[in-house]
Amino acid sequence: MKQILEKYKEAERDSLIPILQEVQEKEGYLSENALVEIGELLNLPVSKIFGVATFYNQFRFQPKGKHHIQVCRGTACHVLGSANVLQELEKTLKIKNEETSRDGNFSLEVVACIGACGLAPVISINGEFHAKVTSSSIKEIIDNLKEK
Amino acid sequence: MNSTKQYIIEEILSNPRKDFSNVDLVKELKRELITKPVIFIGTGTCGLGAGADKTMIAVKTYLKATKIEADIIETGCIGLCSSEPLMDVQLPGHNRVCFENATADKVEDILDSILKAKSEVKEQSVLCQFKSKENHKWDGIPDINDLAFFKPQFRIVLKNCGIVNPISIDEYIASGGYTGFLNLIKTKNSEEVCDLVEKSGLRGRGGGGFLTGKKWKFALNTSAEQKYLICNADEGDPGAFMDRAVIEGDPHRLIEGMAIAAYGIGATKSYVYIRAEYPLAIKRLNIALQQAREYGLLGDNVFGSNVNFEIKVKTGAGAFVCGEETALINSIEGKRGMPRPRPPFPAVSGLFGKPTIINNVESLSNLPFIIKEGEDKFAAIGTEKSKGTKVFALSGKITKTGLVEIPMGTSVREVLFDIAGGVPNNKKFKSVQIGGPSGGCITEQNLDIPIEYESLIEVGAMMGSGGLVVMDEDTCMVDVAKFFMDFIQRESCGKCIPCREGTRRMLEILEDITHKPHHNGKHEALRRFKGVTQLERLGKVIKETSLCGLGQTAPNPVLSTIKWFREEYEEHIFERKCSANVCTELRVFTIDVDACTGCTICAKKCPTDAIIGSRKAPHFIVDDKCIACGTCFDVCKFNAITIS
Repeated sequence: MKQILEKYKEAERDSLIPILQEVQEKEGYLSENALVEIGELLNLPVSKIFGVATFYNQFRFQPKGKHHIQVCRGTACHVLGSANVLQELEKTLKIKNEETSRDGNFSLEVVACIGACGLAPVISINGEFHAKVTSSSIKEIIDNLKEK
Repeated sequence: MNSTKQYIIEEILSNPRKDFSNVDLVKELKRELITKPVIFIGTGTCGLGAGADKTMIAVKTYLKATKIEADIIETGCIGLCSSEPLMDVQLPGHNRVCFENATADKVEDILDSILKAKSEVKEQSVLCQFKSKENHKWDGIPDINDLAFFKPQFRIVLKNCGIVNPISIDEYIASGGYTGFLNLIKTKNSEEVCDLVEKSGLRGRGGGGFLTGKKWKFALNTSAEQKYLICNADEGDPGAFMDRAVIEGDPHRLIEGMAIAAYGIGATKSYVYIRAEYPLAIKRLNIALQQAREYGLLGDNVFGSNVNFEIKVKTGAGAFVCGEETALINSIEGKRGMPRPRPPFPAVSGLFGKPTIINNVESLSNLPFIIKEGEDKFAAIGTEKSKGTKVFALSGKITKTGLVEIPMGTSVREVLFDIAGGVPNNKKFKSVQIGGPSGGCITEQNLDIPIEYESLIEVGAMMGSGGLVVMDEDTCMVDVAKFFMDFIQRESCGKCIPCREGTRRMLEILEDITHKPHHNGKHEALRRFKGVTQLERLGKVIKETSLCGLGQTAPNPVLSTIKWFREEYEEHIFERKCSANVCTELRVFTIDVDACTGCTICAKKCPTDAIIGSRKAPHFIVDDKCIACGTCFDVCKFNAITIS
């Protein structure tokens, strides 16, 4: 965290989003402390930082789970049944969008479109794509992850 | 070898007008002349999703086991997403052969069949072969340009995608890349470039369809010490993925296009604003930019001229509204991505208050062709008012999903049925959604219209970024409208009231239509009816009073579906049913008295206690209490529950 801030010592307002992204990349989420420190670095009120961070879907304020699941809810995925996939995931993992399970193993995120519409419906687990998923194949995928 | 290669590349770039295609090294770089087998694997995002990484490992293991020396090249996506993973094999002296669905378990068979072949390849997964001048043709394998999917296409933007190594600048230069740009800065000034692009008739490919050359002139004619060019790669429209494919498959084309555009408007700094959801595209773009810098094609004094030009990559943070020009500018400045009122237009006062031109990836990727082949050649493609080609992303209920690039003026029917093979599983085509959340539907009766900016607007749709999502009889149009409204109201930035509140109200009305009333009161029915009468008017108000393009087009999916599928709305409202069986809450469950054994499991599982009956006697569902969740249907072991 310190290293990142050190790198942006001379930075101005237009570096705010890249800084937030790098911090999130490193720590998995944006903690309150991080927001305060970034505010001090850029000489901006924390409220402004928070305003920017909450505007964008990418930023999260809770730690990620060990397996971070992104569910694509684009048009093509919707037409081919991604709503059921999401419902199934919420049911099996017992968490909702933008939540992390209590044991820290799973977190769920709904994204607008991953851009793999040819393979709809798609989910991505820790960056690895799973194509043409169905509510039954989801169960298998999750069970496999649980065993790991 | 390396120094001769350097020398040749230097020569090509220094003499951009000379023809080098007969030099052996150039042929080698273009892979017309190879000395050992080359294996190409399509590793775009869609390829990887289908398992291309596993294919790659299998290929490496195979080569190691058989002690065959071969080059493995990672390419982008050729556009046939439904046949991924794709693997091409080229043997010295032979044409390159493409195999479809080359999953890891098939690798051995495929490589066995071609590496040991003499003149024929006997393998089921053979798709086609690539034409070449000098190499030997395989018997019995169709030419790529004879395939129904590729034949009607005209590839300018996608020309190299899936064919070349995207992160090899040498390959791009060998096939004529960057020479158009270098020739341009030697022979033409900025104004001439703007004229030339205007004459070519290129229009913005991201949505509105404004003449690109004309837009540039606004920025060129505004005097300022600093001007900016921004490439909009924030491809937020669900259902569109051509920008991702271009950047993953041919990033140098985009970089050259940006260099041309920057020279045309006199900008020295530029940004690529790209979605964070495209990590692979960002990676390949950064590699390509680094190569261009090393070759002196970017930076100060580009290739010894007095042109300065630098490109920076800015990663978006997941906000649909940032595809709007002024919101995108705010986002680059580190603010909330909310649109600004226009005028002043960005071309006059944009990023940091300086003249800024924002072009879409596809628009910019057309420029190298226009410059190299001439504006007249580009203007000869397409129709009178819409020149050139357009890339479409096909997805949804269609046989061949993927990317196609067709000349403007091709009919929608041709794209969907001739190229993409129509709707699978013998289902009936219902409509195609074009242009994402800002666009509209095209129905059966309008399928023969030519694809042009104007003709699409006439039928209540728009070009947008070019996502085509196909829907069949199993798709409920009210549900689709609800899906888009849900998306828009979540993505609305909240700055102006019509969009923030209006889209929310529209969503609520649609939810009322598709949900089962929780207690069948008369108020609810009245509210539903009132909502419906207001839906169209609300849409018009939002269109007319919103600040930015997102809000002004937000009601389109609803208005368009009402226009073409009014009877579906009426069915939902008056008959309370959904014939596509998508709106699950409108289902009515009944228990078949004869089949029910009275096991009581459904009554136990019912979340609302809507099922009554005593043990070993038939049960009944109380309609007023039922929320149509379907639990009883799932748990019944005797198939006693029926849905209507």
